[in-house]
Amino acid sequence: MSAGVLFDAPGPRARLRHNVLTLVGVVGLLLIGWFVWRRMSQAGQWDADLWTPFLDPQVWTGLILPGLWGTLTAAAVAAVLALAFGVVFGLGRLSDHAWLRLPSAWIVEFFRAVPVLIMIFFAQYGTFALIGEVLPAFWAVVIGLTLYNGSVLAEVFRSGVLAVPRGQSEAAYALGLRKGEVMRLVLLPQAVTAMLPAIVSQMVVLLKDTALGYIISYEDLLNAGFRTVPANFGNIIPAAIVVALIYIVINLALGWFATRLEARSRRSRKSTAAPVTAPPPPGA
Amino acid sequence: MRRIVMALAALALGASTLAACGGDDSASDLATRAKESKKIKVGIKFDQTALGVKKPDGTVEGFDVDVAKYVAGKLGVPESGIEWIETISANREPFIQQGQVDMVVATYSILPERKEKVTFAGPYIVAHQDIMVRGDDASITKVEDLKDKRICQASGSNSYKRITDPPPNGRDIPAKLVPAGSYSECIAKLSGNTLDAVTTDDLILAGFASQGGDFKILGTPFTDEKYGIGIKKGDVATCEAINTALSEMYSDGTATQLLQKWFGTAKGLQLPTAVPPAEGCS
Amino acid sequence: MEALFDNREAILAGFWATIRLAAMSALLSLVLGTLLAALRVAPVPVLRWSGTVYVNVLRNTPLTLVLLFCSLGISNTLQLNFDVYDPSFNGYWLAIVGLTAYTATFVCETLRSGINTVPLGQAEAARAIGLTFFQSMRLVILPQAFRAVITPLGSVLIALTKNTTVVIVAGYAEAAFVMKEMLYESTGGTLEIFLGFALGFVVLTLPIGFLTGRLARRLEVKR
Repeated sequence: MSAGVLFDAPGPRARLRHNVLTLVGVVGLLLIGWFVWRRMSQAGQWDADLWTPFLDPQVWTGLILPGLWGTLTAAAVAAVLALAFGVVFGLGRLSDHAWLRLPSAWIVEFFRAVPVLIMIFFAQYGTFALIGEVLPAFWAVVIGLTLYNGSVLAEVFRSGVLAVPRGQSEAAYALGLRKGEVMRLVLLPQAVTAMLPAIVSQMVVLLKDTALGYIISYEDLLNAGFRTVPANFGNIIPAAIVVALIYIVINLALGWFATRLEARSRRSRKSTAAPVTAPPPPGA
Repeated sequence: MRRIVMALAALALGASTLAACGGDDSASDLATRAKESKKIKVGIKFDQTALGVKKPDGTVEGFDVDVAKYVAGKLGVPESGIEWIETISANREPFIQQGQVDMVVATYSILPERKEKVTFAGPYIVAHQDIMVRGDDASITKVEDLKDKRICQASGSNSYKRITDPPPNGRDIPAKLVPAGSYSECIAKLSGNTLDAVTTDDLILAGFASQGGDFKILGTPFTDEKYGIGIKKGDVATCEAINTALSEMYSDGTATQLLQKWFGTAKGLQLPTAVPPAEGCS
Repeated sequence: MEALFDNREAILAGFWATIRLAAMSALLSLVLGTLLAALRVAPVPVLRWSGTVYVNVLRNTPLTLVLLFCSLGISNTLQLNFDVYDPSFNGYWLAIVGLTAYTATFVCETLRSGINTVPLGQAEAARAIGLTFFQSMRLVILPQAFRAVITPLGSVLIALTKNTTVVIVAGYAEAAFVMKEMLYESTGGTLEIFLGFALGFVVLTLPIGFLTGRLARRLEVKR
């Protein structure tokens, strides 16, 4: 239902009301903007020498882009591992064998209920205590992100396979295909189409969560903005704003991509399964 | 639960084998190896203004960096042979133990519990925990004035405990703690008036003060922080070689010049002129 | 178990802080999220756009950054504080602002998708019997929309509970802060510490999922 059908075509009084509301809205936004601008300039945050470093290409190539690279590599590695984790435990949960199904369910539900940061802390400090090796911050971030996002993806895979109508697998069994063949030839190809949008939106979550690496001093984009750039120029607020803009642009692009994929798979006739959205929370 | 634990351990193990990047255990000591290969891996901080900072062009600068360059030079390694590696407070000992760095020059205080894991050369300077306040704040002039004031609790740093913990660790002064992610954040909060004092080593404070902003260091040192150079446990020969280099650094005037260069402008900071007494290698 | 037992007071205080953060932000983000959803379907373009921009900016910024902006931006630069001389009180409310600002965007999007599940005929029928916009929203559309989104809202609240750990960067001590301090200082018991804290969060989040799941089934709109 689009917003349009919620309202009648406005009459004269409604138009007046809308105009007043428009005015109120514009004035309100301008007031907020003015207030922020004023307080920023009182704090001296618009000083040119806090912002000019961002015109220097070296600041980008030497500090910010390496940070962005750190964010993207951590996200990419974690995405691949999380997909693998998701396939293994998602299909494990669909297994006919209880010895496979139950542990898979336990693991998936456990890691979905635990905050990513707690896992990252454990990955960092825990491995040193357990095996005497310090884990580079990169791997601590990747492990934390893999366990959590992998568990969510496991649920996505499971619901993707379950979203394929029963008739499909019944027909396949009737043709004499074996269990593995039914999964591989009939269910998975259709499930993948259905769950692609959900997978991409989970990737946006994963990319955003790499920012948690800042807390354990992983050299990511946020770290570039909050530690290395300010250590050189003492401009923590301007650097934070620039970094925030970069995050927003990247995530908007990914989100847009996810929406397009979803629209495509809704139209697609390749799959009999309805598009999968986010899985329900544990315990529901 | 057992399965989860095992899965976790397996994952961690797998990842760490992936990550372990061959710390080659050479039989000879660091000084000999460095002289032969003309290469050394030095762990420094990348975000400690005026001590160890990574610059946009990829180079590093700061007092620790210059000390490391001097010492490396005395060990026969030219500047081009130094590989700079970032070490943060939490990973200095493991990095040395595993050979990911050869030596650490990173505001690394010599402490008994650290001595069990690494050998310390130096100290090359003795810093003191001190207090920095806003330049116009006259209400804090000594440690006791911090009662009921807001002080910064930087993540991963224990400096605040010297104020708030009961003796012998601290002074049992009931200050209000404001948690922050790093000392950079502490300084931003200090200038924004959301806290009243930042307390940590005076050299670190001086580094921030040199970035601008109206701050003053009280000059009431209440601890000794002996900054040492950490190397692999038991490498006594290298430790002694470094100690010789450090006393030369003070006798030939380099140390004074470096201290002036990095900390000369800070208000209220007293700089040493003679080499601090060596701790002895063990 | 020793590490956990010795620090039980700090741990309980940490989890109590987590609960207080989660409960207050949950309440406020439900309110703000509903307001935002109303903005996003409003007939006035300016209001609709400001709602859209707000949601897209906040939702695409990492929470870590949102919370850092709360402590360094709002408190320090904009000088907006709840009580600048009481850091713990101030930190608590600044963290709530950050968590609420972020979570409300997810509440808003969830509600909006809920509104989309209400069949067109419902709105048309409401207008046909002469209900105004607010009446048809309050009496017809929103009650159905809310029932359709109870389960996804449960997910949002669970995510919020877990997200309170990120408050560590905004200067307020909760469970994750306690855990970090313990891991940083301790010499052993790492695994117990992890499992203990993980279990704490399982205990906090499972009931939310369980309750919202039951509620959703009981209140389901039969069509």
